[in-house]
Amino acid sequence: MGEKMLMKGNEAIGEAAIRAGCRFYFGYPITPQSELTAYMAKKLLKMKDAAFVQAESEIAAISMVYGAAATGARAMTSSSGPGISLKQEGISYLACAELPCVIVNIQRGGPGLGSIQPGQADYFQATKGGGHGDYHLIVLAPSSVQELVDLTMDAFDLADKYTNPAMILGDGLIGQMMEAVEFKERKKIDLPDKEGWILTGCKGREKKYIVPFNLDPYEMEKINLKIQEKYKKIIEKEIRYEAINLDNADLIVVAYGTVARIVKTVIDNAKKEGINIGLIRPITLFPFPEKIIAETSEKINKVLVVEMSYGQMLEDVKLAANGKAEINFYGRAGGVVPTQFEILTEIKKYLT
Amino acid sequence: MKKVFGSPKSLTKVPFTYCPGCHHGIAHRLIAEVLDEFGVREKTVGVCPVGCSVFAYVFFDCDMICAAHGRAPAVATGMKRAKPDSIIFTYQGDGDLASIGTAEIVHTANRGENITVIFINNAIYGMTGGQMAPTTLIGQVTQTSPYGRDPKTMGYPIKVAEMLSTLKGVAYISRVALSKPAYILKAKKAIRKAFQSQIEGKGFSLVEILSTCPTNWGLSPIEANKWLEENMIPYYPLGEFKTPEEVS
Amino acid sequence: MLERIIISGFGGQGIMLMGRLLAYAGMLEGKNVAWMPSYGPEMRGGTANCTVLISSKEIGSPIVSHPKILIAMNQPSLDKFEPNVSENGLIILNDSLIEREVNRDDVSVIRIPADDIADKLGNSRAANMVVLGACVKKSKVVKMETIFKALEKTLAGRNQDLINLNKEALKQGAELVED
Ligand SMILES: Cc1ncc(C[n+]2csc(CCOP(=O)(O)OP(=O)(O)O)c2C)c(N)n1
Ligand code: SF4
Ligand SMILES: [Mg+2]
Repeated sequence: MGEKMLMKGNEAIGEAAIRAGCRFYFGYPITPQSELTAYMAKKLLKMKDAAFVQAESEIAAISMVYGAAATGARAMTSSSGPGISLKQEGISYLACAELPCVIVNIQRGGPGLGSIQPGQADYFQATKGGGHGDYHLIVLAPSSVQELVDLTMDAFDLADKYTNPAMILGDGLIGQMMEAVEFKERKKIDLPDKEGWILTGCKGREKKYIVPFNLDPYEMEKINLKIQEKYKKIIEKEIRYEAINLDNADLIVVAYGTVARIVKTVIDNAKKEGINIGLIRPITLFPFPEKIIAETSEKINKVLVVEMSYGQMLEDVKLAANGKAEINFYGRAGGVVPTQFEILTEIKKYLT
Repeated sequence: MKKVFGSPKSLTKVPFTYCPGCHHGIAHRLIAEVLDEFGVREKTVGVCPVGCSVFAYVFFDCDMICAAHGRAPAVATGMKRAKPDSIIFTYQGDGDLASIGTAEIVHTANRGENITVIFINNAIYGMTGGQMAPTTLIGQVTQTSPYGRDPKTMGYPIKVAEMLSTLKGVAYISRVALSKPAYILKAKKAIRKAFQSQIEGKGFSLVEILSTCPTNWGLSPIEANKWLEENMIPYYPLGEFKTPEEVS
Repeated sequence: MLERIIISGFGGQGIMLMGRLLAYAGMLEGKNVAWMPSYGPEMRGGTANCTVLISSKEIGSPIVSHPKILIAMNQPSLDKFEPNVSENGLIILNDSLIEREVNRDDVSVIRIPADDIADKLGNSRAANMVVLGACVKKSKVVKMETIFKALEKTLAGRNQDLINLNKEALKQGAELVED
């Protein structure tokens, strides 16, 4: 077991990435994730066979990731709201070309320039594709600094395993917060060999190429079907969630990330008032934990979705519940974080 | 009786919220004085960038719009094309203009858009807490050049005024500073010429203003002025790089 | 046990370091801890504050609306947070920069002439440690020795004189309050 360290979320992501073998970081400053960019500068500029580049823009940064990933290297970029929007072009290319990489979004209030306080309104963008075309990222939603560390490492493995970009969807609160973290010894897992597709020069072999297009629609459809096949596998194998107190709950809250940890405090306080609240916290947002939501909502029938948005994950919860439960919603956005008191008041509305 | 200098009509009465010793405030005042002197306040629209001066809309008492980071010249193009008799200026930092917005500034200049650009070169990203800008000097320590800017991996500081003055569509470009009264007088003249060139329909004009960011340079206001004069001016020479006479 | 602390002052007073030391010490004592800063451009020249949570259980919400302990290093901080301190809570204030009385009568108040003591120690920037020393002694959120350890870890590699000065400031602050 490693030693416990007190680390800021943003810096913990950087350390986790480096420990996961990421040696190439391309980014552009933006609040509230700039400490991650600074951390990577501090570390990678001193390492051999590594690179840190402050790109001229987020559009350039994601394409630098595309380039580095094409050589087989573990590469990462990070940003928030406006910068993540600019990365969408490159993300769509990465998904189509089936290149692994990790993209970190420390969400802030939107839309537009928005605010720099925490938000969760990039859920649609993260989980439904975000750029043009039919594709998905593997989306992981940490709710503590320790989980930022663990999921960042997992993200690199998952990206390599499925040759697909993975996204860490955090927010300004966990990015800025310091908590104790431990960098645990991880067991080695078998990952597919990259030799088949990486571009390193064709000495002694046939040339290879990476081209995210095909002008023949039937061939382009085949590319689509291949990645769709992969998403099916991801949905089958990679769903993760945390479930608390689902038996005998009066109401189930579905929340992720920062909001979910606030809900944990609500659960404790509600218990003192004799109210039994359950929580389903999706850890993977794509693939989404539909089954547990379907089963639980059928049993308990009262569900409250809480988000720092005006109802984005709500749509996935409704789809999962498929009309079998009453689905209610509470959200604050623009950078406002809902308090435990507001959430409890909201819960009580549905219990009378 | 002491003579009281009134504040320009083109500024609101809201006190500047920039850090002590920051040049953004002086630059705002000079622009406002020029707008007053030309009597164009009521037909002017300013385009704020994303950077510390995103708050310029609070301080200028003319119509203002905030563009996405780096895109101010494109927004200005749209406005000027749609309403050619208006006076349009953008106000942009070095990250905004010379990093993320490089494509926009080059092509707006190259098209000779009849707008005025005020370019605040403070060799750093102020708003986001002190990262390297494209104009950061060699060896300068910032959050993203923690061991000093190394041209081998981070390139050289971009000389925007010189670079853009090679473009045919450009009418007027100069570089000025604000670190002492004599410089401020010259800066005011340059800003006048830039707006004059727009009023006369001569095409794209830009004034690059070397500015301080005491907060992120980690210097006092006085030290910052000194640092600017000793380090920035030698690399970024002051003067006019292109004047309307040269426009054929 | 769940300790909820807000520390507030102006930029440059070492507000963030005070919070980090408390959190670090909490961690060294085997507790769960969270530290959350205010962030963004409002920080420059303006006010800075941070929240510290120390708990024997998993920390849920890291947001503190009603602190049990408020450390106010200047007047605007007291104005802003005084009304939110929970009943029977504790307000520790920097008497050198705050003239007014505390309005609440349902909380304990300790006034520490932190800047004056720090000046006498020869470094006005140690005012934060004077107040922190008083806070730790009075509230016992962590042990004094652990704060010393946290200080040494956090400032590791810095000048030993600076560490000693900060320790002295912590001690002098602690001496001003009774157990
Ligand atoms: C697309 C996008 N990327 C990044 C940011 C974050 N950001 C805000 S201001 C800024 C840089 C400001 O620096 P500069 O343009 O030099 O202006 P200054 O603050 O120094 O005046 C950045 C990177 C953003 N708002 N939008
Ligand atoms: S951070 Fe720098 S550029 Fe921004 S207001 Fe302060 S001194 Fe000016
Ligand atoms: Mg700048």
